[in-house]
Amino acid sequence: MSKRVVVVGGGISGMQTALSLKSLGFEPLILEQSRQLGGKVADWHLLFPSFTPAEEVTVPLIRAVRQNGILVRLGCKVVSIESRRVILCSGERIDCDAVVLCSGSTLFDATIKEEYGYGIYDNVYTSADIEKMMNNECVATASGAAPERIAILHCVGSRDEKVCQRHCSKVCCITGVKQAIELKKLFPKAEIFNFYMDIRMFGPGYEELYRQAQIDYNIHFVRGRISEASPLMDGRVQIKAEDTLTGRPLRMSVDMLVLMIGMRANDDNAFLSSSSGAELAPNGFFKSRNSFVDNVLSTKDGIFLAGTVSSPKTIGQSLNEATTVAHRVAEYLNYGN
Amino acid sequence: MATNFGFSISKPRVIDVDTNNLKKSNEILAALPELQSCIGCGSCTASCTAGNLTSYNFRKVHTLVRRGEYAGAYEEMNKCMLCGKCRLLCPRGINTRRVVMLIKKCLGDF
Ligand code: SF4
Ligand code: SF4
Ligand code: SF4
Repeated sequence: MSKRVVVVGGGISGMQTALSLKSLGFEPLILEQSRQLGGKVADWHLLFPSFTPAEEVTVPLIRAVRQNGILVRLGCKVVSIESRRVILCSGERIDCDAVVLCSGSTLFDATIKEEYGYGIYDNVYTSADIEKMMNNECVATASGAAPERIAILHCVGSRDEKVCQRHCSKVCCITGVKQAIELKKLFPKAEIFNFYMDIRMFGPGYEELYRQAQIDYNIHFVRGRISEASPLMDGRVQIKAEDTLTGRPLRMSVDMLVLMIGMRANDDNAFLSSSSGAELAPNGFFKSRNSFVDNVLSTKDGIFLAGTVSSPKTIGQSLNEATTVAHRVAEYLNYGN
Repeated sequence: MATNFGFSISKPRVIDVDTNNLKKSNEILAALPELQSCIGCGSCTASCTAGNLTSYNFRKVHTLVRRGEYAGAYEEMNKCMLCGKCRLLCPRGINTRRVVMLIKKCLGDF
């Protein structure tokens, strides 16, 4: 009988991991806590840097999972991982030969950064809200008008000691550039300003897109972090920052303020780590055995990692890890590592 | 005899790290190493009550001090009211009021 591998999480990493395991002759079982496959990518509209619709990634994966007869259980929350056994919230125990954690990460809750007024006053949105509005074709201010001026703030809930999130979330810079272009396409007359501390354009085509945003779409980039936002009588939002390149405080009122929220570690990581013995990194993400040849191995034998469960990553990187992890699981199960 | 050409050579604007004496800067950084983690985001200056009314720029002054440019830093830091707004915002968690006090202490006689 083929060996059973539990894949925790049915996002893109989990699905790709299961597909790769299946093609290597194992019997993967996907445990997904929500009611559907696809994870966070399923909520996204277009993907950077190519503006590819997100469903071009999720739909083929979901279809392949079905066509390959991969076992999927939805609405299953894992509460404990022991060696070769996973325990669900219902108390059910599932025996297995290895576990791959593909449980991803959590979007930063922007209400914690109270100074930006998210959830307190109108016209403050997160990057995830904008994706949702684009999916529903209803991007507009709270009063339903077309925005004339939009500010996009980078690094919300990342690189911030005050909210205990020291890491860089990696994908929000390019998302800020992508959304600036998308908003400009929707509202050609709008002025768009991205406020940043550093611009991190590490991937292929990212720097090019940044340049395109500046030249072809006239997006303004201001080097300074918005320090606070306050509501105006007319419902607009006033923001303050230092324009650090001129060394002067800057003030501006905008119709929309969009916060580029980061990826933080799942709260569940704490008990998944303590039950399994796989260690966490100081930022709460799962720790890879090392950053090089063993990056998909946790610190515990038999427990593997793929996707953003170990650090913020792009979709491409997550999918690469998913393919790699299947081979490492195979090595482990066939040769005892 | 020198001829007066009607103009003078202005003081070079360059921050000359070869001639600047970093001793005081190093003293300040030794007392508060976290200051070195400043990413220059400007949150402190943006929120600064004093900086919105005068040319006082906390970020700029402490950055200049770190480069060994001490002239005027003490006088500038005197504009700070120690209200602590900057400290609430600094993403690096720098104890900004301590920076003000350290600079005043180390550079008081400059
Ligand atoms: S990717 Fe950019 S916006 Fe995101 S945390 Fe890093 S520097 Fe900030
Ligand atoms: S403590 Fe000083 S530097 Fe900081 S905001 Fe208040 S006046 Fe400005
Ligand atoms: S808020 Fe902190 S990190 Fe930002 S410029 Fe001021 S001291 Fe530096």
